[in-house]
Amino acid sequence: MNPRQKTTTIASICLVVSLAASSFLLHRIDRLRPQATLDEVLYLSSPTVIKRASLGYEGLMACIYWTRAVQYFGYRHHFDAESYNLLAPLLEITTHLDPHLVVAYEFGSSFLAPAPPHGAGQPQAAIQLMEYGIQNNPDNWRLYYDLGFVYYMELKDYKKAADTFERGSHVPNAHPFLKILAAQMAQHAGEYQTARMLWSATFQTTQDEQIKQNAVEHLRALRVDEDVQHLEEAVTRFGERTGRLPASLAELVAAEGLAGTPADPDGHPYKLTPEGRVEVRVPDDFPFATKGLPRGYKPAPKFHAMP
Amino acid sequence: MPAIEILGLEKTYSVGFWRKRPKRALFPLRFTVEDGEVFGFLGPNGAGKTTTLKLLMGLVYPTGGSARILGREWTDPWVKAQIGFLPEQPYFYDYLTAHELLEYYGQLSGVPAKQRKQRVEKVLDQVGLRDVRGVQLRKFSKGMLQRVGIGQAILHDPKLVFFDEPMSGLDPMGRREVRDLMEQLKHEGKTVFFSTHILSDAEALCDRVAVIHKGELRDVGAIEDLTSSVLGKVEVIWQGSQVPASIKALGAECHVTGDRVRAIIAENQQDAMIDALRRERLRLIAIIPVRTSLEAYFVEKLRRAETTAGSVA
Amino acid sequence: MRTRIGYIASNTFREAVRDRVLYNLIAFALLLSGAAILVGQISIEIEKLVVINLGLTAVSLFGVVIAIFIGIGLVSKEIEKRTLYTVLSRPVRRWEFIVGKFFGLAGTLVVNTFFMAIGVFGALFYVSHKFVRADALILVALYFIILEFLIICSLALLFSSFSSPLLSAVFAFSLFVIGSFAEDLRNFAKMAHGVSGLLATGAAYLVPNFSAFNVITSIAHEQPVAGQLILQNSLYALFYAAMALSGAVLIFERRDLK
Repeated sequence: MNPRQKTTTIASICLVVSLAASSFLLHRIDRLRPQATLDEVLYLSSPTVIKRASLGYEGLMACIYWTRAVQYFGYRHHFDAESYNLLAPLLEITTHLDPHLVVAYEFGSSFLAPAPPHGAGQPQAAIQLMEYGIQNNPDNWRLYYDLGFVYYMELKDYKKAADTFERGSHVPNAHPFLKILAAQMAQHAGEYQTARMLWSATFQTTQDEQIKQNAVEHLRALRVDEDVQHLEEAVTRFGERTGRLPASLAELVAAEGLAGTPADPDGHPYKLTPEGRVEVRVPDDFPFATKGLPRGYKPAPKFHAMP
Repeated sequence: MPAIEILGLEKTYSVGFWRKRPKRALFPLRFTVEDGEVFGFLGPNGAGKTTTLKLLMGLVYPTGGSARILGREWTDPWVKAQIGFLPEQPYFYDYLTAHELLEYYGQLSGVPAKQRKQRVEKVLDQVGLRDVRGVQLRKFSKGMLQRVGIGQAILHDPKLVFFDEPMSGLDPMGRREVRDLMEQLKHEGKTVFFSTHILSDAEALCDRVAVIHKGELRDVGAIEDLTSSVLGKVEVIWQGSQVPASIKALGAECHVTGDRVRAIIAENQQDAMIDALRRERLRLIAIIPVRTSLEAYFVEKLRRAETTAGSVA
Repeated sequence: MRTRIGYIASNTFREAVRDRVLYNLIAFALLLSGAAILVGQISIEIEKLVVINLGLTAVSLFGVVIAIFIGIGLVSKEIEKRTLYTVLSRPVRRWEFIVGKFFGLAGTLVVNTFFMAIGVFGALFYVSHKFVRADALILVALYFIILEFLIICSLALLFSSFSSPLLSAVFAFSLFVIGSFAEDLRNFAKMAHGVSGLLATGAAYLVPNFSAFNVITSIAHEQPVAGQLILQNSLYALFYAAMALSGAVLIFERRDLK
C-alpha cells in the first residue's frame, strides 16, 4: 500500500470510529442529566431582554417559545411531573414577544391554574397572564371567558367570575353565552349544570387539541361526579326507607325507580360497595372525578398528552 | 499640440498610522510627449513610473503640479474617452468572458451599441483572442490576460494609449506580439506612452524616452542623444592564440582560451578592431554586444547618481 | 451618465449571480418547505402564523446576510484586485461607480426577494389551502424588508469604500443589530443629560432605525399598516440610503488607489 492509500485508510477508520464514539458518549451524557435537556429551555429569563435580542423578529421568537411551552407541558405531563415551574415564565415570554398570540393565553388559563399534575398550580400567574392578554387584546371576548373560568374553577371566586363574564359580554361580537354565564354565576355557582356549561363552552370554542381534550375529561368527570352523587343519595334514601344498604345496584335501581343500569361514560356499570359507596370501575379513566373513587385511591391518571 | 504635458506633477505619501511620515514617491516631473510618437518611460523598479501613470489616470491625486493631456486638464472627463490604459499585470473581472469584458468596457467608454459590436470583434481579432472569446477570464493565462488588457485599451479607438510594463511576464513570442502591436498603433498615428525597465524594448520601439530614478526625472530625449555620452561595449572573438600588438594598442582586455581569443572593446572601436584583425589575417569568429548603449547609459548615469546621493546623504 | 450607472449596476448583478448568490434560494426553499410540513403538527390555529413569521423572517435574515456579504466587498475587492484601474481610466466618474454598485446590489436583492415571496405564498397556500385579502399585507411586509435592504446595502457600501471586508462586516452587522433596538436608544437619549445625552442622541439618529420597518409580527395577525407609515418609511429609507451613499462617494472621491 502506498503512503497515500495508507493515509486514506487510516483517516477513514478514524472518522468512523470517532463518529461512533462521540455519538455513544453523547447518549451516555444525556442519560446522566435527564432533567437538563428540558430545564435549559429558558436560556434567558427576562422577557424584555429576549425581546431586544429578537432584533425585530419577535413574531417568530414568540412562535418558538410557544412551541416550547406546549412541548414542555406535554412532555412533563406525560411523565406525571409534579412541577411545571417553567410554564409561567415561558408563557410570559411568549406573550411579551407577541401580545396578540391568543392561543398562549388560552393555554395559560387551562394549564397554569389547576394543581399538579394537571397544571402548574399557579392560579395567580394565570390571572396575571389573562389580564395582560385582555389589556393587549381588549376586543377578544374569549380572554374574558378564560379569565372568568379560572376564577370559577380554581379559585371558586364566583363573584369575580361573574364580574369577568359581565365585562366580557360588553365586547363587540361577544358570544351570547357570556351574559348567560354571568347570570348563572350569580345564582347557581356551585352546581354541576354550571360547570358543565363552562366546560362545554370551552370544548366547543377552542381549537387547541390539548385544551379540547382537557375539557372532555372534565365533562366526563362531571358526569361521574353527578352520577355518583345521585346514586349515593339514592342509597341514603333506600337506607332511610329500608334500614339497610342495598345488596346490589340492580336492587337499588329497582327500588328507587332509577332509569336503566347506571353506567359511567365508558359504559362500565358502577360498583356498589358493601359500605354503601358507589364507585367507578376504572378510576384511572376519570382523572378529574372527585366522587366515586375507592378509598385510599391514589391517582395515576391516563392523560392523552403529547410527548 | 503635444499629446502629454506634465507640468510639475509630484506625489508625497503619508506613511504610517499615527505619526505620518512623508514618503516622497515623485519629485516634480516636467516633460512633454509629442503627438504621434512612441515614448518610453524608463527606470528601474520602484522609480516612480507606475505612480506617474496612476497620477495621469486620476487613480491617485498629486500633491502638487498638474498635467495636460491632448490639450486639456488631465482631470477633464473628456480626456478619459480619448485615452486607453493598460496597467501593470492587469486583473479583470474573472467571472466575465473576454467578449463580455470588452462589451462592458465598450459600454463604459461610451462606444455606441452598433459600433461596439464591430469594435469588439475587430479587437478580439487584433489581439488574437478570437477563439477564446467565450471563455471566462479566470481560465486565462498571463499572456492571454495581457492581450485582453491591450484589447480593452484600444477598444474605443483612443488617440493616446498608456501602457505600464506591457511586456512584463510575457514569453518571447508574447513580447514579439506586443511589440508588433505597438508598432501598428504607431502606424495608425496614435501616441504610445509606455513604461518599462527592459531597455532592449525601448531601444527597439521608442522615438524618445524619459528616464526616471528614485522619483526624479534624470533625462529626456531621443535615445541617440542620451547615449551619445556613453559607450557600449562589444566582445570580439577570433581564432588564434596570441594578441597582436596592434590590437593590444587598442586597449582591449583579452583572454586566451585554447585557440580562441576574446577581447572586450568599446563600441566605437569596433571598426578599428575589424581592420586590425584583417591586417593580421586573423579569422573573426563573432562580435557580440556585451552591453547596449542604453544599458551603459543606465549603469553610468544612475550609479553615479546613487553614489553622489550616497555621499551627500 | 445614467446609462453608465445602468451598465455598472447590471454588471454588479451579473457578478452576484455568477457568484452563485441565487443558490441561497435553494436553502430558503428547503427551510420553508420543511417548516410548512412540520408546522402542521403543532397547532392548527397558528400554522399560518408560523409560516408567515418564519417565511418573512427568513426573507429578511437571508437578505441581510447577502446584502452585507456582497456589499462589503463591492468597493474594497475592486481596489484590492485592481480591477478598478481599467474602469476608472474610462469616462466613469467615481460617484457613478458607487451609485451603480448600489443599484446592482439592490437589484440583486429585489430579484432574490421576489423569488422568496413566491415561496412564502406557496407555503402559505400549502397550510391554508386558500388566500384571503389580508394576505396582501404580506406584500407590505416584503416591501418594508426591501427598504431595510436598501439601507443595509448603502451602509455596507459606505464601509466598503474605506475599510477592509472583515471590519466592514463587523460594522455592518453591528449597525443592523443596533438598528433593531434604536428605539430604545432614542428613549435612553431623551433621558440622559449633558454630553452623554448629546452623544446618545446623535448616535440614536445616525444609526438606522429599523423598528418601524418590522411589521412581520403585526401583519401575521392581519393588522393593517397605515398608509402614512408606508409613505414615511419609504422616504426615510430613501434619505438614509442617500446619506450613506453620499458618505461613500465623499470618501471614495478622495481615495488614492493603491
